[in-house]
Amino acid sequence: MNALDALSLLLVGAGAGFFLVGSIGLLRLPDLLSRLHALTKADNLGLGLVVAGLALQAESLRQVLQLGLVWALVLFSGSIACYLLAHAETASTPVEPETRDGE
Amino acid sequence: MAAALWAMAGLVLFSLVVGLLRVERGPGPGDRLIAAQLLGSGAVAILLLLAFATGEAALVDAALVLALLAGVALVVFVRRGGGGEAP
Repeated sequence: MNALDALSLLLVGAGAGFFLVGSIGLLRLPDLLSRLHALTKADNLGLGLVVAGLALQAESLRQVLQLGLVWALVLFSGSIACYLLAHAETASTPVEPETRDGE
Repeated sequence: MAAALWAMAGLVLFSLVVGLLRVERGPGPGDRLIAAQLLGSGAVAILLLLAFATGEAALVDAALVLALLAGVALVVFVRRGGGGEAP
């Protein structure tokens, strides 16, 4: 195993770790908005690290671009969908009045 | 190298199964749906890992299609008022 393979495995392993931590967060966090927070990190960063690790093993530029396209699509659709869900959630539940220090 | 990629795919699959517990527990439909969203992007990661582990280039195209469709379910869900009260 050469250095490139090792680096690639390190990145892929970190990505898989993000998925694991994200799903643990999905289970442990108390409400929808904080679960969304856990989900978006797992989605974007986990998949991003997996893609980065696999791109190091790609044989052609075309493969690298294809991997980048997959990641960009997931980023794009994931961020829009999670924004819409968070927006719908905050619009339907009244926000408690802010409490400031000293008041 | 391929064996290591299979192991990584297994790790991602395990974390998705853990995330599925949230679908079972709920409590709201939104909570269940974000677990399904995690399932979608995790499946993309697994397909990419298997594409490199087996050398089957078509799996990358399958991942591309899944990435395209991943957000659609959530968008439709929110459009139909599933995130909170009905519009």
